[in-house]
Amino acid sequence: MSASLDDGGSRPPQTTDPVPTPASRRRTRERLAELRGPAVPPRPLDARALAALAANPGCRRRALLDGAGVDKGALASRLGAPAPFGQSQFAIVRGNSFEAKVKADGGRELLRLLGVEDPGTVSVPDLSASGPEGRTARTALALREATAGDGWTLLDHPLLTLEVAGSPVHLEPDAVVVDPAGRWTVVEIKSFPMIDGAADPAKVGAAARQAAVYVLALERVAALTEGAAVRHSVLLVCPKDFSNLPTASVVDVRKQRAVTRRQLERLTRIDEIADALPEGLSFDVAGRSAEELSAAVEAVPHAYAPECLAACELGFHCRSRAREAEAVQTLGRSVRGELGGLTTIGAVLAAARGDDGEPEDPAVAALRRARALRQDALAEAEAAACR
Amino acid sequence: MSLIAHLARMEAVAAGRAQPLATVRHRRLAERPLVLVPLTTAGEAGAPLGALVGTDPEEPRLLVVPQPRDRELRFAFLAELAEEVLPYVDGFADAVEPVERKDSATGEKVRVELCLDAPQLIVPSRAGIEYVRLLGRSTRFRRTAEQDPDTPYPAPPRVPLLGRWLTHYGERARVPGSSLLLAATDLLNRHWATGQSSLEDQHLGALLAWIDPADGERGDRAAHRAELARDERGQLLCPPAGPATDPAFDNQLLAPAIEAYDRARQAVGAAEDGETADAALAGLHRAEREVRRLVVSQLKPTWDATWRALGLLRALPEGARVEDRWTRDRWSFTAHRDRIAAGEPPQPRRDDAVTAAAKLAAREQAQGQLDAQEALDDPLVLAGRRLSGEAFAAEVVEVVRAWTESKRPAPRPLLTVRTEDRPHLDPGAKVYRSLDGKPQSAEFVGREEDGSLVLRLLDRMGRSKEPAEGTVPEKGERIAWTLFEHDARVGPRLPDPEETPWTHGGPPRHADTAELPDAVTPEDLL
Repeated sequence: MSASLDDGGSRPPQTTDPVPTPASRRRTRERLAELRGPAVPPRPLDARALAALAANPGCRRRALLDGAGVDKGALASRLGAPAPFGQSQFAIVRGNSFEAKVKADGGRELLRLLGVEDPGTVSVPDLSASGPEGRTARTALALREATAGDGWTLLDHPLLTLEVAGSPVHLEPDAVVVDPAGRWTVVEIKSFPMIDGAADPAKVGAAARQAAVYVLALERVAALTEGAAVRHSVLLVCPKDFSNLPTASVVDVRKQRAVTRRQLERLTRIDEIADALPEGLSFDVAGRSAEELSAAVEAVPHAYAPECLAACELGFHCRSRAREAEAVQTLGRSVRGELGGLTTIGAVLAAARGDDGEPEDPAVAALRRARALRQDALAEAEAAACR
Repeated sequence: MSLIAHLARMEAVAAGRAQPLATVRHRRLAERPLVLVPLTTAGEAGAPLGALVGTDPEEPRLLVVPQPRDRELRFAFLAELAEEVLPYVDGFADAVEPVERKDSATGEKVRVELCLDAPQLIVPSRAGIEYVRLLGRSTRFRRTAEQDPDTPYPAPPRVPLLGRWLTHYGERARVPGSSLLLAATDLLNRHWATGQSSLEDQHLGALLAWIDPADGERGDRAAHRAELARDERGQLLCPPAGPATDPAFDNQLLAPAIEAYDRARQAVGAAEDGETADAALAGLHRAEREVRRLVVSQLKPTWDATWRALGLLRALPEGARVEDRWTRDRWSFTAHRDRIAAGEPPQPRRDDAVTAAAKLAAREQAQGQLDAQEALDDPLVLAGRRLSGEAFAAEVVEVVRAWTESKRPAPRPLLTVRTEDRPHLDPGAKVYRSLDGKPQSAEFVGREEDGSLVLRLLDRMGRSKEPAEGTVPEKGERIAWTLFEHDARVGPRLPDPEETPWTHGGPPRHADTAELPDAVTPEDLL
């Protein structure tokens, strides 16, 4: 394993990145609050936003809106392209009852899933406090106490913060377990089934990416807590087969954690994106007109790819824009690779027809051959059909 | 996906309409397939909400579970589904032909039965195939009262058998090129390129909007409407092809209707005299009718779309080698029929190492075969292979008679061929062409100065010194050569299961292979 891949601690040097001072942080926070609308509380990064981060880390539009805590769902509705996401109440009811079942019996059921048959007393501290800052402080305190103690502790819905592109965002894992040795384990409770010990790989992958972000956020707290260590495997709890009895599997998220960490480090800083915007711009969904909102969104460049449709509320809005611009990546990310410098569908077709493009360009030459072969084959098939 | 397919997608964008990716149909479509459109309840694994099933587009059978959390109602649904599926499947079991086949153990020829045709199951989307697997898994270990009188929640008689067939079909769908269980979206995507990405192509409504737009509307606009347009109550005009339902449908329409159904059932239970009981029963029927009406409103558009997709595909002529792959499907069906008739236990929850290795090897081989057969059947598929240098079309410009230098000289004619294609050939490399449906191989000898290629024909020319009539190409003939084998075998043969070394899992365990049914608790859902 190379040290640069992973092993905590040292951040690689960042060349363009001035060390943020408390004053610059405050300025960024104020600027983001302005963009969000002063009366609007920031939205925490939910599972979907985390998935969007993983699906498209390079999108500035998504980075800024998520970083500022804008309600992208409401924004998409105002732009006339409402997100098709929603959760069925059947799924919510079932998910809630399953989570309650997992956390029943003062956390003993959850520890049993972790393989601890006789945990003694399990402490479940009260984490409620006013406002996100209060709750994160309360969570950090509870973690410190639990690490210093010598029993098992279950933190139910703790609140964590993570710096994403220079601005803090709030995260809320389902649970964190602290063992007597002071090690912290992230618990993800999902309602998709584990059938014969195997679950849908795509869903497990999404859960692992999500949990990896929680691990990174916990590590920030652990760095300030004596004797604490964050485990790089998380506990994934799912219903067993077709029942609602819980079963669990330990998932190693080292890889996801390393990937997410790299992505987070490479993000363009949100303050840079924000500084490049004209004054007076706002994403205040309640306070601005649809035209103003649309202009504000257009002022931040997007990096649409079809994967966005499943992960980002603005996916359909950006798709319309990308289609108007005839961008080739509307047909899929892989399409881009073979086309060299040709970025629009019109340019590709013109090059293939021979109306445009340098014939020496290998991408253009390949396109012309592809078109000729395709035309030949179609003509051949037509001739065969006529015979 | 290849550059040629990307180009087709871009042409589709420019034309506002899907473009062909194939000139023949590469999958078998049965004369009378069974179409199954299932819906499931959100958040529950394998709790069906309803289905449309049948072989006649005009007369689907509607199955609805008015309260998906009720085990009795779910069993009733599965029993009805078994009543539709099993008679259809059984209808193919008895018409057989005798076939000679080499017994793998003894090497001797034995006469066995092969079913003349096989039942075909069509679902709307890939998620539907997964759902068929899931239904199979959830039902095949169920015990009926007849099998086990003490079982706490006995399943209706034919449900475990349904589970075994659905499992077999779900498993067969993973074999490349098989046609026993197909998804309409996969079928359409194989034959047409739309002006959207392959992710968006999983939406049956959007896909049809590109391929077969109504009134000449542009595909992108029609597809956008199919994906997103909602009526004044916020319901999708084109409901998803399932098995998952739209959350807005669940929350606004279905949940209240199911609640009303629950209340009506309570009222029936609470009725004290005949008059209120009659009124309550009438209320229950009304409530059930309402749930059925809602479920069918989500199912019917998908049912129609699936049949429309089949109609579009039927317009394409079937590829020449599709019959060969369908014969394998018939073998697969016949083998499972025999296993059930022999009273073998249901498929295990997990394959043992030997079975898994054999399945993987078979699928890998099927993939190679499918790629080769599609290219040979279809000039448009071959064009993709020509572009990537794996095949070339060439005109024969010269034929030189030549022989081997052995005692009994065999013909080895040299062909000089001219091609515009750029095959990746090294001297000694083998190339193949199709001669009366069988591969004939040749060896690449070298390039002439003018760029034409010299090939030496190696086989299929008969036993005598002079090549048999028609086996050597003539000057001026245009021939497609491939660098890949037409009937490739992948890897060495696996040993017989009993010979498997312990390092690879050892011989399969035969004792007690029958698996226990799933543990059932009162709160279990299936």
